[in-house]
Amino acid sequence: MTTATLERTDAASRGGEVYVTLSVAGQLCGVPVLGVRDILAEQPITRIPLAPPDIAGSLNLRGRIVTAIDLRTRLTLPPGEPGTKRMSVVVEQGGELYALLVDQVAEVLSLEADLFERNPPTLEPHWAAFSSGIYRLDGRLLVILDIARLLDFSNVH
Amino acid sequence: MDELLADFLTETNENLGELDAALLTLERTPDDANTLGLIFRMVHTIKGTCGFLGLPRLERVAHAGENVLGRLRDGALVASPAIVTLILAALDRIKAILSGLGVNGTEPAGDDTELIDALNGMAHGQGALEGTQEGARKEAKPAPAPTAAPVVSAPRPEIAVAPPSPPIAQKPVHETQADQVHADDGDARNPAGAAAATAQQTIRVTVDVLEDLMTLVSELVLTRNQLLQLARVQENSDFTAPLQRLSHITSDLQEGVMKTRMQPIGIAWNKLPRLVRDLARDLNKKIELTMLGAETELDRQVLELIKDPLTHMVRNSGDHGLEMPAERRAAGKAETGRIVLNAFHEGGQIIIEISDDGRGLAADKIRQKVLANGLATEAELAAMPESQIQRFIFRAGFSTSVNVTAVSGRGVGMDVVKTNIEKIGGTIDLKSTAGQGTTFTIKIPLTLAIVSALIVESARERFAIPQISVVELVRARRAGTNALGNGDENTIERINDTPVLRLRDRLLPLVSLCDLLGLEPVETTDGGAYIVVTQVGPSLLGIIVDRVFDTEEIVVKPVAPILRHITMFSGNTILGDGSVIMILDPAGIARASGVGGGADNKMMKPETIDDIASPESLALLLFRANGTERMAVPLNLVARLENIPRDKIEQSSGAYVTQYRGRLMPLLSIAGPLGANLLGADPSDAAPATQSLLVFADGERSMGLMVDEIIDVVEDRLDIELASAREGSLGTAIIGGLATNVLDTGYWLARASRDWFDGKGGDSGASRKRVLIVEDSSFFRNLLVPSLTAAGFKVSAASSAAAALRLRDSGQMFDAIVSDIEMPDMDGLAFARTVRDSGAWKHLPLIALSGHTGAADVEAGRDAGFSDYVGKVQREHLIESLRQCLASTAAI
Repeated sequence: MTTATLERTDAASRGGEVYVTLSVAGQLCGVPVLGVRDILAEQPITRIPLAPPDIAGSLNLRGRIVTAIDLRTRLTLPPGEPGTKRMSVVVEQGGELYALLVDQVAEVLSLEADLFERNPPTLEPHWAAFSSGIYRLDGRLLVILDIARLLDFSNVH
Repeated sequence: MDELLADFLTETNENLGELDAALLTLERTPDDANTLGLIFRMVHTIKGTCGFLGLPRLERVAHAGENVLGRLRDGALVASPAIVTLILAALDRIKAILSGLGVNGTEPAGDDTELIDALNGMAHGQGALEGTQEGARKEAKPAPAPTAAPVVSAPRPEIAVAPPSPPIAQKPVHETQADQVHADDGDARNPAGAAAATAQQTIRVTVDVLEDLMTLVSELVLTRNQLLQLARVQENSDFTAPLQRLSHITSDLQEGVMKTRMQPIGIAWNKLPRLVRDLARDLNKKIELTMLGAETELDRQVLELIKDPLTHMVRNSGDHGLEMPAERRAAGKAETGRIVLNAFHEGGQIIIEISDDGRGLAADKIRQKVLANGLATEAELAAMPESQIQRFIFRAGFSTSVNVTAVSGRGVGMDVVKTNIEKIGGTIDLKSTAGQGTTFTIKIPLTLAIVSALIVESARERFAIPQISVVELVRARRAGTNALGNGDENTIERINDTPVLRLRDRLLPLVSLCDLLGLEPVETTDGGAYIVVTQVGPSLLGIIVDRVFDTEEIVVKPVAPILRHITMFSGNTILGDGSVIMILDPAGIARASGVGGGADNKMMKPETIDDIASPESLALLLFRANGTERMAVPLNLVARLENIPRDKIEQSSGAYVTQYRGRLMPLLSIAGPLGANLLGADPSDAAPATQSLLVFADGERSMGLMVDEIIDVVEDRLDIELASAREGSLGTAIIGGLATNVLDTGYWLARASRDWFDGKGGDSGASRKRVLIVEDSSFFRNLLVPSLTAAGFKVSAASSAAAALRLRDSGQMFDAIVSDIEMPDMDGLAFARTVRDSGAWKHLPLIALSGHTGAADVEAGRDAGFSDYVGKVQREHLIESLRQCLASTAAI
């Protein structure tokens, strides 16, 4: 188990919101850094039969069982190439740990509030449901993921 | 000796061993609050218990000792060597009294005044430090004299005479008496008395020994499984029998060891009635103790740990919770207060409730105490809901009782309880309403339970099955594969795609784990499979898996909330190799597969498991058809058995017929209407020259069912264990020890009449008489509906009298009713009386159908209003009776 080293920009000290950025199927997304418990490289994952398709399985994080969520499936993005290694962003929700499977974890960014915008009303509903807003970065847009809503599976079953 | 006393002796002696060590620690580190707390609680427990057992001498000494310890705990005194020495002297006195108790069952006579005075003096700060050492010696010396007398022959006095380091001095003495029965270190220190008390019915064994046994048994099971596997591959018959025996013994051993760990909670409760009774007497209260769910089983380790907290809580409820009778009367309650203990399993947890109907927790008093002890500020308290304020009673050193009684009230109650429960991963909470009482709820999650699980593989995925629900493992061959080539290998058979296994005279329903979990099946190289036979309640279910690994001790962890809806899993765990594995829940699997009555059945029709069963054994005709298929039909449904020459079978418009008693009789084959080689077209064929027929008669008409061979007539119960979706078969039963398909006579009769009689001027639909069958047994319904239909009636069926009456009330009309007599809820007689009483069916012919056709039964039936009374399975008689009844009503 290796924890990816994160390039911490010193932007955190400037008082803006700090996000861990990650990419899923080419889209740059961010999760609040305070909600992130761990970043993991490719892990052996145990499949869980009969589980919703968004649930990739469970993995062992230092003796704790963590439920892995396939972020591509969750965001209704096309599945990744078979065999590609995926990283996990471990977050906590209601005392339980969840690993969000992503293609790549990038840097930690501190972002000024004036770069933030609400979801455009035209955003596809399933994206709008999981996004709490957009940051305008240089040349790219960063979708901020709402972890609580992302992990709310009550509508699945 | 009193069991209660024996328990007390054993426990106290264990505690005293710990106490000695703790006191010595305290001497080295006088300000260690934890050690001090521990010592205080132990002495408090001893004192408390003495009070109930009626041991005044012991209680006085312990009480005095506790006073000193209380001062130490409060910081009023510092644990100097002199104080420790004095307390040790008190402990020695306690031990001496205990050993006397162990021998005689009563406290030895003696005077402890000096010791108690010294202790009290110390507690009140009067004992000058320089005097105490001397005092302690003086105390200690005379003490042994009275107690030495009853003690066997041991040089007991020395124990008490050695104040500086008693534990060391004691050792040789105790070792000479180290009782052989005690496996446990704590007990080895016991004086002889306790040994005599406990060496009766039971032996105390440390849980470590049981754990070791458990591990060894698991290893043994593993080795046994390996051996069995080897033995199956190598056809060495010399080993088979002893191995089988070894296997059974191993299973029994395993079960036995498992059982040693489980105990009903009632064991922890059995002291309580006496305790409550004495409590009531001491406090002049009236208390009634109710214990529910005493049979709830707990791991013995857990049981041991919650025993004391429970005792403490019951004592508290009685002492603090319940009011005096006068007070209760004034509050409009019954004089007798109630304490209710309730234990049950819920959601994978063991829940124990201790409730009383007393005054409830006084939030005001708690508030004051919280403020006085500085546990919270007034502002904080003001913001707290009442329930949170009540929870302060779980804090250390908290007691609202103004009086320090001998029973409780020293503030070592609830914090100790909470600590002990949390130690085993449990939680405690309370709910209290002023004037109505208090309920404490203890939850002990099963997640702390370490279970032994079997690791299996299906479709390359591994799963754990709790060993406790696994009955046995069977190696089997999938149907259609012959690779193993072993003739007596178990084969998974299929009845209309439902897999089953013949297992020692029983038909075992199977489910494929792979199918159940929707996994991609993987072909095993040899076509072999394992069947994990699991027991769920009374029913057995075999789970087909690809491979079986070994057993592992696993810690059950609950699955993530988003996966809780998958009832197939009871949890998950991490194996020794670090991988995560799902734990299968056999109960969930059984429910999903319809065994034992479930909702969403995928594999079998659940109602067919128990429902279609005739209670009495009846004569069954066994025959072979379809090549090798063994079939059965109730003999009284068969009119005749015939053997006709094959050349007498003729074909007519696509159907087989034969001339039989001057008429044409249609012939049907179970294999199909026109079985390919039915007639053995080739004369040189080895097929027999005659054809066996089962002749079913239906009024004037008869039909012949062509079968390969008639085997036998046997007397057996007809319990259809597996229903068939195949037409013409009711299902499968074990008859004469073999899986046998049960013929659906009605189906064949209907077939024959449709194929043959219809269109030849049978009863037209309009004139068909409508008959209602009221019958609770679906077996008989299945039998009657088709045969009456075949006889030309338009048949409806109701599964109960109530259902039939609903039909009546909804305006349905029939020409006749046939009702069973023996039915649950409303029987046939009551049904008949109801029908005759009023309603649209008042004048309908009513025919009783019963297994009992004695004169008295028939008379009772007629009294109730039945028009006729027919024995069950007397089909022709029933049809005849129906025709007569209908004819007579038509005449009116």
